[in-house]
Amino acid sequence: MSEPTPSEITVTINGTQIDAQAGEMVIAAADRAGVHIPRFCYHERMSPVGMCRMCLVDIDTGRGPMLQPSCMVPVSDGMSVDTESEDTKRAQEGILEFLLVNHPLDCPVCDKGGECPLQDQTMAYGPGESRFVEEKRHYEKPIPISDLVHLDRERCILCDRCTRFADEVAGDPLIYFMERGNATQVLTFPDEPFSSYFSGNTVQICPVGALTAAPYRFKARPWDLEQVESTCTTCSMGCRVAVQSSRNELVRYLGVDVESVNHGWLCDKGRFNFESVNSEQRLTTPLIRDIDDPRQLLGIDWGSALAVAAEAIQQAGPERVGIIGGSRLTNEDAYAWSKFAGSIVGTDNVDAQLGDGLPAEVVLALPPATIADACSADTVLVVGPDIKEELAILHLRLRGAATKGQTNVVEIGPNPTGCEPYAQRSIRCAPGETAKALSELLASDDPLAGQLGEGSVVVVFGRASMAESADPALSLAAVIRTELPHATFLPALRRGNVRGALDMGLAPGILPGRTDIRQPSQALLETWGAVPAAKGLDTTGMLHAAASGDLDTLILLGADPLSDFPDRNLAAEAIQKAKTVIAIDNFVTDSVAQADVALPATAYGEQGGTTTNIEGRISRLTQKITPPGSARDDWMIATELAWRLGSDLGLSSKQEIWREIERVAPSHAGVTLERVESSEAHEGILVQETSLELNLPAPETPPVADGYGLRLVSGRKLWDAATATAHSPSLQPLAAAPALKVHPNDLQRLGISSGDDVRVISTRSTETITAIADENIQRGTAMLPFNQPGGGANRFIDADAAVNDIRIETL
Amino acid sequence: MNEMTGTAIPHAPGFIANKTPRIVTSRFDYEDSHTLTRYEATGGYEGLKKALRRTPEEVHNEVRDATLLGRGGAGFPAGVKWGFCPPEVWPRYLVVNGDESEPGTYKDRLLMELDPHQLIEGCLIACYAVGLSQCFLYVRGEMAVAQERVAQALNEAYAAGYIGKNIQDSDFSVDIILHWGAGAYVVGEETALIESLEGNRGMPRLKPPYFPASIGLYGQPTIVNNVETLSNLPWILEHGAGAFTAIGTESSPGTRMVAVSGHVKRPGVYEIVNGTTTFRDLLYGSDMCGGIRDDNQLKAFVPGGGSAPWFTADQLDLPFEASQVGPQGSMLGSGAIMVMDETTDIPAAALTLTKFYAHESCGKCVPCREGGTWLEQILRRVVEGRGTTRDLELLIEVGETICPGDFPHAAVPSKGIEAVPFPYRMTTICFVGPSAFAPIHSALTLFREEFEAKVAGNDYPTMIEVAVDV
Repeated sequence: MSEPTPSEITVTINGTQIDAQAGEMVIAAADRAGVHIPRFCYHERMSPVGMCRMCLVDIDTGRGPMLQPSCMVPVSDGMSVDTESEDTKRAQEGILEFLLVNHPLDCPVCDKGGECPLQDQTMAYGPGESRFVEEKRHYEKPIPISDLVHLDRERCILCDRCTRFADEVAGDPLIYFMERGNATQVLTFPDEPFSSYFSGNTVQICPVGALTAAPYRFKARPWDLEQVESTCTTCSMGCRVAVQSSRNELVRYLGVDVESVNHGWLCDKGRFNFESVNSEQRLTTPLIRDIDDPRQLLGIDWGSALAVAAEAIQQAGPERVGIIGGSRLTNEDAYAWSKFAGSIVGTDNVDAQLGDGLPAEVVLALPPATIADACSADTVLVVGPDIKEELAILHLRLRGAATKGQTNVVEIGPNPTGCEPYAQRSIRCAPGETAKALSELLASDDPLAGQLGEGSVVVVFGRASMAESADPALSLAAVIRTELPHATFLPALRRGNVRGALDMGLAPGILPGRTDIRQPSQALLETWGAVPAAKGLDTTGMLHAAASGDLDTLILLGADPLSDFPDRNLAAEAIQKAKTVIAIDNFVTDSVAQADVALPATAYGEQGGTTTNIEGRISRLTQKITPPGSARDDWMIATELAWRLGSDLGLSSKQEIWREIERVAPSHAGVTLERVESSEAHEGILVQETSLELNLPAPETPPVADGYGLRLVSGRKLWDAATATAHSPSLQPLAAAPALKVHPNDLQRLGISSGDDVRVISTRSTETITAIADENIQRGTAMLPFNQPGGGANRFIDADAAVNDIRIETL
Repeated sequence: MNEMTGTAIPHAPGFIANKTPRIVTSRFDYEDSHTLTRYEATGGYEGLKKALRRTPEEVHNEVRDATLLGRGGAGFPAGVKWGFCPPEVWPRYLVVNGDESEPGTYKDRLLMELDPHQLIEGCLIACYAVGLSQCFLYVRGEMAVAQERVAQALNEAYAAGYIGKNIQDSDFSVDIILHWGAGAYVVGEETALIESLEGNRGMPRLKPPYFPASIGLYGQPTIVNNVETLSNLPWILEHGAGAFTAIGTESSPGTRMVAVSGHVKRPGVYEIVNGTTTFRDLLYGSDMCGGIRDDNQLKAFVPGGGSAPWFTADQLDLPFEASQVGPQGSMLGSGAIMVMDETTDIPAAALTLTKFYAHESCGKCVPCREGGTWLEQILRRVVEGRGTTRDLELLIEVGETICPGDFPHAAVPSKGIEAVPFPYRMTTICFVGPSAFAPIHSALTLFREEFEAKVAGNDYPTMIEVAVDV
């Protein structure tokens, strides 16, 4: 937190002198002074428009008091503000009467009733009675403006919040005012729905019940809601949310305004996928493979299921057990599993990433950057996945900073991304050749080279494509470290608490607290007794080992390698060849369906603890509802398994686990339970220390494409077949079927029309997919979303290849 | 013949000459006044040539010395307005406000139709004085003839080297871009006009900044001038500020164009001497309007466009001088005088004006959007004989939310009512909201008995309208 700049401006509000900051508006100064000025259109995260006139107050700048909109007038020294004058009160009454003349007053059937700013401010500042006897404006009541949002134009007071958000914040100006005067209304353009990834925010900031979200409509009344503050774990951004439930069922998430992370915004995926927690399809009881009919899983009691699992672990021995996953877990759960693997089983075959990320020892050793650093850096270099699709709120923050001129976004990658509209430069390169592209840029006399070399640089760093190995990204990092040593890194990692899981040691070669397995801390050694002697296998290594019969027991810790590992064929072979697959999950995913033992775990909102975002910021998760059936917290399952293996993890509550983490994890020393449970955790506690040393391989150039094939590029879409999306009825239909995008010239060369089904051939598989011509795709490449319903790119990818080529043929 | 359409454009009717010196209407008598040939033959572009021989500062000073008041409505001195451009911020733009749409006003239309080259020359002089290289000429969407005439004149002037690169072999280069409006009254407000020019919805910008001269078109310093204001520049440059200030009064020099409509014998556009001509001269003068039609009694007149508070015969002797009209409770505005004789149904006349402003509200701020229509609904009820005495109070109370405090109005000596001086206070962003209230307030203050007659006997509760035309 930066210190507020000392101010020389003194403003008198209602007779009390307050210090104000130059440039801020009267309404903001009043807010800080604890004087509430009623408002509808003003929103602290958007530019003021002065439309509603509700915030008119008497402002005297030396020429006598005058009614002025306090959201539009900047403070000036010696200004005197009266928010309670007779004129102000009369104006407030008048404006509210105006707002209500055409408002339907259908509060009893309005979702907003009970938490409605119009209702509340009418009670506080409005006239007692209406003098309006004419007929009110009529419009068709709610019309869907997207799959998720309904608009009731009769309730709308035209405050420009939603339209401003869509244009200014989201960059999706798909709703705007139509008509004029008394007939003004908010509408979408014909045949163009408000299909923004961020549409839910408009519902949250609507000061009346004009915008309602399909997943919440008529689900609850505000006074029946209970609420806790928590952190979203849909992706690794760590947005703060208010989790609301009614009758022990999650019904709504609201974004919480946190300066360092999400500014109050949420993406629609994070906002609405609470539906999956309430799903009927949740795994609620342990399952075990039926001996008589191996095609099915049977319900069983916990004791028997754990016994089978423990026996499989015991029989395999430390070297032949592997644990894949852990990014769904809280930090505490991840630590418990890390301790279980290292000190009880004695294996370092643990990996929270599914072969789609970056080596943990690199992620944890790179010079760190925060999201705020990125938003104020001279240049943000985005090299990784399409952050609009995978880290949507990071995209929003960068977009906001770039459009306000606070930073310059430069992206390097093979194909168009969501950053392109606001990027200073989008450098296109062949798949896997980002390092080469950057080297060439830096060696040129392009002014951008100077900008990167001289100014501050934050690299949003991840794997640009699921169809390439980590090597191209590491090559790029090596170039940056050599050429731009001042650059800092913000890892763009996939899945909820992946950063926390790595911090807790769920990665080969890493111990809790970002330490090398060869250099355990004294405290850790004393607590754990022993640590594995050598670095274990990562996910790709474990799947190879299982496929070749070198690994007997695979534990899937909330992981679904069949859907999420880049190479489905390898994952399938591994799961088939492993003697025992133990899955701990919320749903029967593709992989869980193949498991020998499935154990139900608690889901989001059913567990407390902490989570860590991509910056290393630790914030709290709060339990709101009770889990269904006999689902248990992951740490309890680890404890139970340890017990059945004849040991004791020595952990009996999440608080106790955190105390142990603070004690044994060097990077987390000083982050006490008291701090984590204090108000400090509202912004999150940033932990950036690391004792790992950075070792990057020398840059390599991927093999040259053969000229007959197309180099495959694959990334995730916001709406895909991810488990939580697929089990949220409102979101599931938003995921489009897969289509292979190819440059029209490449299609023409093969005699294929856009929309034709084609045969796609790779070294791994041959399948039929629809091909679409898209001139934004680079020639010689093909783009296939990674995980759409109906089949993903993982069928074609060879996890060991630096890059993957495909060929397409007419049927 | 018009090159663009191939059709002959008839001379626009409406101008009536009188004995006044003619500064901006000097060519109006010629059938071909809009052509470059006629313009050059009558001293056209001489002002520009004179200007180019002087420094921009000298030209700017000449205009400042002439005290050329803006003719769009606010009456702000053009030379002073030009000086608001922050120094060393480039580029700057000139925007010509040709979106003349104040009810009753049609003088700029004539200037564009009958003497487009005079306007273009004025633009060039302004550009030279302030150091602008791009000018946007925004012509109201409904004025088809004016658009074609201006377009044709621009083509001629480009071809003759008056616009473009190195004008008249000087270092001075300007481009003038013609833009057609899409039909919204509020776009006559300068910031809404800029929004419209940028391709956005025509809605006024918020103040501060109060003047587009600091932040205007595309965020750059922008001078917005009215058509008539700019049309005065060639004459001022040719004859000098001294000749200009010799006409009219010190605070309101020169001539101005007024558009008279309504119940006079000869309605039309007149060029009159500023500052000294009185309303009586204009309405009753034998070389001007020639009196009220059928020699009826004058009941009321709107002195400065539909949004101005009304005057009655008691104010006839006021001159066209803002400093005298303001204290008497109204404004000179856009120079539109609408005359109502004794046969006029005052509440109905007020409804006509209020309906216009309610319809033209852009919908941006609440008091105008909701209040304007509500005022219209109440007034309609009264006019149609369905109102009550309570409604007359309600009209004022609703209006007071748009314009808090005392609203300006004229004195009525016979009733012992004293004038409330201009201007009013307002809760809205621009003047459209107050303009919906102004006719109602004037009519009710000056002619309350006519309203009372309409509601007489209606002591039952107000009836509810079933259908509303939204």
